[in-house]
Amino acid sequence: MIGLTAMLAKELREQWRTRRMLVVGVVFIAFGIASPLLARYTPELVSSLVAEDGVVIEMPPPTTADAIAQFVRNIGQTGVLAAILLAMGSVATEKERGTAALWLTKPVTRGAFLSAKSIAIGTVLAAGIIGAGIAGYGYTALIFGAPSSGGWAVMCALLLLQMSAYAALTFLGSTLTRSPLAAAGIGIGALTLVALVGALPVIGAWTPSGLADEALTFATGGDPDRVIEPVSATVAVIAVALLASWASFRHQEL
Amino acid sequence: MDAAIEVRGLTKRYGDVVALDGLDLDVPAGSLFGFLGPNGAGKSTTIKILTSLAKASSGRASLAGVAAGDGEANRRGLIGYLDQSPRFNGWMRGREMLELVGRLSGMRGAELRSRVDEVLGLVGLLEAARRTIGGYSGGMRQRLGIAQAILARPPIVLLDEPVSALDPEGRRDMLETISGLRAHSTVLLSSHVLTDIERICDRVAIIDAGRLVTESAVPELLERYAMPVYRLESEADAVAALSSLADAMRGQPWITSVDLSAGVLRVGVGEQPDAGQRLLAMVVEHRLPLVALERVRPSLEDVFLRLTGRAAKGDAM
Repeated sequence: MIGLTAMLAKELREQWRTRRMLVVGVVFIAFGIASPLLARYTPELVSSLVAEDGVVIEMPPPTTADAIAQFVRNIGQTGVLAAILLAMGSVATEKERGTAALWLTKPVTRGAFLSAKSIAIGTVLAAGIIGAGIAGYGYTALIFGAPSSGGWAVMCALLLLQMSAYAALTFLGSTLTRSPLAAAGIGIGALTLVALVGALPVIGAWTPSGLADEALTFATGGDPDRVIEPVSATVAVIAVALLASWASFRHQEL
Repeated sequence: MDAAIEVRGLTKRYGDVVALDGLDLDVPAGSLFGFLGPNGAGKSTTIKILTSLAKASSGRASLAGVAAGDGEANRRGLIGYLDQSPRFNGWMRGREMLELVGRLSGMRGAELRSRVDEVLGLVGLLEAARRTIGGYSGGMRQRLGIAQAILARPPIVLLDEPVSALDPEGRRDMLETISGLRAHSTVLLSSHVLTDIERICDRVAIIDAGRLVTESAVPELLERYAMPVYRLESEADAVAALSSLADAMRGQPWITSVDLSAGVLRVGVGEQPDAGQRLLAMVVEHRLPLVALERVRPSLEDVFLRLTGRAAKGDAM
């Protein structure tokens, strides 16, 4: 792929210079830290709120599993949102502004142009989840005791895979249209569709939405029995979305 | 002389609209080639196809023997291209952008730095090179556009309206820079400013409605097509009378073109031997307070207006 290295350097620099990498990192780390804190103090908070009305709620003491569940919920939701925001304008904005035309008259293949962008988005998401993972693990260990580091790492990898799927689908939208908002619409539409299909029996396991449950099982030391289905389905979604992006973009007039 | 750019039967349709209609064109290697045509004639579409940013509906085009359309000429670094409204990533610095262009073309280290410095100096952006492009003026962006197009010394340079946003001084400097490119590149230059084309180009092609009208060396073209032209100038407060005279002239069969701009009327008169007397009679009839009436050397603009038939209708280019 001619021009990939130079264009990737440009994309990564853009993520840094436009502060997207910084914002994603800060938000992810913040949620990573907040998750075990929320798990730890939510029962006390609820108890104190209802105690004034004379109601007594018996809540079990929070555990590491609660902190992990909170982490999966927070990072899963934030990650999907970040994935859509990062990918929505990546190609559409460059087409709309005319900068894609500028670069593609240089020794750069269209495949390299798209690859550089998708790798850069993946890198930012990965950096975010690594930050969140380290921060979340540290605080969980501090408050509740250390969970399995291997299980925690697999959980983070599965969450990254899940948000990569939504990034890839939004990236496809960004390639198909000239509008970041339309691309975001496609990403959100895909998210909704995946959630609906994910709720169906049998077939629901074959969607990216099934990854969160498996991630939770890994991190809490459980026995994940159906991890192959969502992982293979998610990898397939990413591959198909990126290939479709390339197939569409290589014929587009700019 | 070999053709650096060859276009044969190039056709481009957008639905029912025919932007290019079987265009044939040969741009000789090493020439500075002016590419003229009124708005919508198909100039930018031709350049988009040459840069593989658009695909032809039929016909073919090649650059230095490499077929255009699939990006191969771009990948081989055969072309430098400046869009008519150059856009850049606003977060990048000028120097940074040029360094990336150089890297994509295989330049590295000292060679890259020295070439970037050279080109920045050439387009007058050395002092602004560390600023982000988002803060550049339109003229600065156009200078940067020229810089990125010529940085890698491509054998073919395609410039679409390269000096439209520049002030007179900047325009003069950039035209000199473009003129100097012919030493190692073939330049296809599209512009609405015909005096610029006449000043620096060796050859010109005029296209209209997607077809080639004519193609020739500039002196030959002036010799072949330019008809006598008269220039009339009135007192500054006689704009209405001048406009009325221009309308009356457009109805005369012996007048081939009428162009009124900035209080000056340029009138093409074909082969009419007593054109001077006839014009003077019309001036008197319209009671125009005349400042000057003279027969002038026909310009490329007069040829253009005649060949594209715009002047008689009073259309702007």
